[in-house]
Order: sequence, then C-alpha cells, then structure tokens
Amino acid sequence: MADQAILGWKKWLEGSGDQVIFLKGFFRNVLRGGFEWSEFVRQCYEIGYKSLTLVGTTAFIMGLVLALQLRPTLVNFGALSMLPKSLAVSIVREIGPIITAMICAGKIGSGIGAELGSMKVTEQIDAMEVSGANPVQYLVVTRILSTTFMVPILTLLGDVLGLLGGFIAINITSSVSAMLYFNKCLASIDFTDFLPAFIKTIFFGFVIGFVGCYKGYNSNRGTESVGLAANSAVVTASLWIFVIDAIVVQVSSLLFYH
Amino acid sequence: MLLWYRSAVYFFIINMKETENNPEKRSKPSETVIHIKGLKKSFGSNDVLKNINLDVKRGENVVILGKSGTGKSVTIQCIVGTLVPDGGEVTVFGEEVAGLKERQLKELRMKIGFLFQSGALFDSMTVRENLEFPLTRVLKLKDQNDIDKRVEEVLENVGLSDAIDKMPSDLSGGMRKRVGLARTLIVKPEIMLYDEPTTGLDPITSREISELILQMQKKYKTTSIIITHDMECAGITADRMVIMKDGEYTAQGSFEDLKKSKDEFVKSFFKPTL
Repeated sequence: MADQAILGWKKWLEGSGDQVIFLKGFFRNVLRGGFEWSEFVRQCYEIGYKSLTLVGTTAFIMGLVLALQLRPTLVNFGALSMLPKSLAVSIVREIGPIITAMICAGKIGSGIGAELGSMKVTEQIDAMEVSGANPVQYLVVTRILSTTFMVPILTLLGDVLGLLGGFIAINITSSVSAMLYFNKCLASIDFTDFLPAFIKTIFFGFVIGFVGCYKGYNSNRGTESVGLAANSAVVTASLWIFVIDAIVVQVSSLLFYH
Repeated sequence: MLLWYRSAVYFFIINMKETENNPEKRSKPSETVIHIKGLKKSFGSNDVLKNINLDVKRGENVVILGKSGTGKSVTIQCIVGTLVPDGGEVTVFGEEVAGLKERQLKELRMKIGFLFQSGALFDSMTVRENLEFPLTRVLKLKDQNDIDKRVEEVLENVGLSDAIDKMPSDLSGGMRKRVGLARTLIVKPEIMLYDEPTTGLDPITSREISELILQMQKKYKTTSIIITHDMECAGITADRMVIMKDGEYTAQGSFEDLKKSKDEFVKSFFKPTL
C-alpha cells in the first residue's frame, strides 16, 4: 500500500517535471525565432473559425436560459429592471469565459491531443525530428499560440451572443427595445468587470493548447494512447480552467472589488 | 601573394561546398562513416543491445537481419540520436553522437535520411507539401522555382510524378514508401537508414522497393543501413549482412557467404517459406 502510494507520487512528480521541461521547450522555441506564420494562421482558422458556430450557439442558448431562469426570481423581488445588469455582469465576468473555455477544452484540446497523438503513433513527429526539422516549433508553438490568441476572441463573441440570447428571452415574455437593453447592459459593465475576465481567457487559451500539445506529443505508441491523449487533454485542461478561474477571481477581488 | 592566397582559400571553400552537395564528388570508398563500438542499451530490465560492434564504410549497403525485438531498430535510433546508448560509442562522420549538442545533432541529422516502416508521411499535407517540408524547414530554401524543380526531380526518380498533388490517404502502401523515400532523398543525405522498408507490402511491390533502394543508392551515392526481415530485399540490396541474436551480432558476410553458413540460426533465415 505504502509502496503504491510512493510509486504514485513518484510518477506524479516525474509527470510534473516533464511538463516543466515541455513548457521550457515551448518558451525557448518562441524566443528562438523562425516562427511558422503560415501554420499559425492555419491553426487560428482551424481552432478559431471552425469553433465559431459551436461557441456562438452554446453562448446564445446559455444567455437565453439564464435570462429565463433569472426573470421569475427578480420579479419576486420586484427587481425586473435589474435583469440586463445581472445578465451582463454574470455573462461577461464568468459564464462567457467559462462556457467558451469548456467548449474549447472539449473541442480544441481533444483535437490537438488526438492529432499530435496520432502523429506520434504513426512516427510523423519522429520523422520531423530525424530530418533535422523542429517539430516543437512547427507543431507545438503554433498550436499553443493560436489557442492563446483565439480563445479570448471566441469569448468576446460568446459574450455578445450570450447577451443577444438574453435579449431574445426578455422579448419572449415582454417587450424591450434592443437599444435600451444593450445600453443598460453596457452601462452596468465597467473596466474592472471586463479586464480580469479577458485576462483569464488568455490563460484558458494557453492551458488548453499546452495540455493538448503535451498529452499528444508525449503519448505512447499504440492506437489506444491516441484516445487516452485526447481524453486526458480534455480532463486536465478542464481542471486547470477551474483552478485558474478560482485564482483570477480571488486576485481580481482583492485588486478591484474591495 | 595575398591575392593568390585568397584565391586558393576561396577555391578550397567552393570545392568543399560542392563536394558536400554533389553526390558524384563524395566517394571516398575506404572511409568509415559509421563506427559502433560496444553499444549497450536497456529498457528497464530488458537488455536489448548487449555488445554491438559495427563499421560501415562510405558507399556500402549493410543489411541488419534478426528476429523481432532483437534491437535492430534501436541500433539505428542510436545512430540518429533519438535514443541515447547506456554504454559504448556511436560515431558518425567522426563525431560521437551522444556527445553532440542540439545544434550539432541537427546538422548531423541533415546528412542522414531515415525511412520509417510506415513511410511516416505528414497526413495533413499533400505529397508536394511533404516533399517541400524538409527543403523549406531544414535546408531553408526560399526560391520556389528551385523547390519545385527538386520536388519534380525526386518524384520522377521514384516514379511518382503523377501523385504530386495527392494526399497520403489516397496512396497505396508502396506509393507511400516511395514518397517517404523521396522525402528523405530530397535533401541529398549521405547516409540512409531504412527501417523495414518492405514490411506490409506484397512480394511484387517489395521487390520494386528493394530495387528502387539500390537504384537510389547508386544515383545519390549514399551509405545505407537496411533493417529487414525480407530475404529478397536483403539479397537485392546488401553488400554485407550482419545477423543479430540476443542483442549481439552473431554472423556477418555477404549474402552468398551467409547462405552457405553451417550455423543453424543463420540457416533459419534462408529456409524457404511456403
């Protein structure tokens, strides 16, 4: 029993060490130059553009459902006029970033994990390495930077569509003009709501790309490991998203809301 | 005097560069390009390589034969530096591979071509993009005309000019191996390492690939190590064969010499299969 626990800790420490080495390799390659612009743009298209529909639809529905759920409670308190403000603050601060990040962890993180895992299994990464090319620069740097760049943009889009969903929900039961609704939404959000939320999406994007690349790049031989890499990329990235969220909320509370 | 000296140095540098890039001018037949001495490698408690000694001369085709799991692929992975030996030394072009820094290892790898068992084509790229990859990323070529010329030439050499815009998923096993071979040859390597080049192919395609390996070796003047189980491939390509057993070499010689061997283990490779 004790041996197993020691072995488990040893494995965890080795894994953590490997991740630190991988992270160091990423930063070293970012600073080295020879950046693969064309692959970066392709990845932004694959990661960002091709996730627009999924992220947009989910955010729209979340905004719609949130407005429908909030409405009865606010009516009970006679605070229906607070609905746009409640929606705007909750979507911009928390629901938009978290929902977008979770969707991206599922779609993009698993995709990167599976793609690099299958490249490892079919010796494509080895082929790049033995040819003298730099697989980290071509595969890892471009993917991590494109997720870091695209997840905040997707979140902004998700925020807008979430608020639009809220507007539709309000107009199902009552009639509010778009101008009034969006003016009230924007008036209720200030810089301290937007900035920490935006900064955390940059970290979310980084962690989704990093975990996906690490899991895929270090998958073992065999087809089973491709599935494991994809699965573990989603689980690990999702866990990290919540950890980062907790830290950023705590830090921003200390900095802005006291 | 100074002018004469500068001209002589300039001529020497130009000549060196031409010799590096031109396969016709590489041949120094007696030079040992790969030297392996007392190579050992273990994975956990499994001693895969126990004591490997091998010298490969320039222009020579050496076939390594052995049962599965005897460490043939591990040997060539130590040559290319993707695995670090536990003991012994692997020297390529006079440089010990394990002692090389990242940049030096990259420079060495530019002189070595590695054909993987599966071909290892990048499946998100077309054949053209696969072939352009080492030219733009390794040789850092910028001139698109030069790149196109090299791609077309090497594809013509392996007989696949028509497949230039196809995706790897549209190619047969034999075609994938040919494209894989073209991708390694496009940078004009001095050493070629083949990891079971005919595995998984039908007998006719296997023979074609073996003959192609021999043709390319003559055209590009490469030194080759070929790992195979395919005796026909060994017969076609080998100048010399070494046979591995339990992490050591048990026999070596030409195909004909080994065919006449009295050793039961060596004889077992030459027994006809039904």
